[in-house]
Amino acid sequence: MAKKVLQVIETAYRGTLEEQDDTVVWLTHAMRGAGLHTDVLLRGNAANYPVTAQDASGLEFGGRKQTQPPRIADDLARLIEKGVSVYVVTDDLDRRGIQTSDLIRGLKSVGSAELPKLFGGYDQIWHW
Amino acid sequence: MAPTPTLTFVLMDPPYENARTTTALRLLDIAARRGYNLNVFAYEGAVYVPFSKQAPHPNAVHGRDLAQEDHPNPKDWVEAIIAEAKRQGGTVDWVQCGLCVDERGAAESIPGLRRGSPADLVKFAEVSDNTLVIPTK
Repeated sequence: MAKKVLQVIETAYRGTLEEQDDTVVWLTHAMRGAGLHTDVLLRGNAANYPVTAQDASGLEFGGRKQTQPPRIADDLARLIEKGVSVYVVTDDLDRRGIQTSDLIRGLKSVGSAELPKLFGGYDQIWHW
Repeated sequence: MAPTPTLTFVLMDPPYENARTTTALRLLDIAARRGYNLNVFAYEGAVYVPFSKQAPHPNAVHGRDLAQEDHPNPKDWVEAIIAEAKRQGGTVDWVQCGLCVDERGAAESIPGLRRGSPADLVKFAEVSDNTLVIPTK
């Protein structure tokens, strides 16, 4: 039977300008396309990833402008469209003063106390 | 007899930056010594761990010439782990993330590895007893 893998993304904004995305969100898209049954949990600083008002555009060094800045909230929304469950830890939202209205639609909220139960539903937990 | 365990490791750090790379290689080494079947998916900076152009150097601060310093580069450790796995009857399937290699100009790696994609990681995960991600922090 196919394995179920939960991607726990905690380290955020790591090389996102160079990559023009988050590399783990990108990898999740690619693996989903390759048939992996996988979901995502955002915790720690990655709780900011689904905030819609982010704008990383405008980077320019000398005459070289970045024309395709990272749009991580959009990338997460596309994961949700593909049927991936994207969870966010509510405690981490609260600590950062992030309101639910600030976020993309379709996210699933989970409190930190509920994480063991969530983890129990997966064959493998990959903590990034 | 229990079947030989198969483990997948996902590495993400470049060499010479932090202890996570050495820790990952220690874990791989232990598993290789036990004859386990090992899969490695080198992602992002980790594609430089087996970069073939790594070169040892003398160290004037240590007061040692090239031979005395006997500096093992990470590529040598990877080569040694692959050899150890073979000696113990295990395997190492080391996949270098192709796009990560291209971004970094890191195409020159030691023999015995292969270029791949996230689809390889999916296959690894499906056949492994477990998968350990050692991410950049």
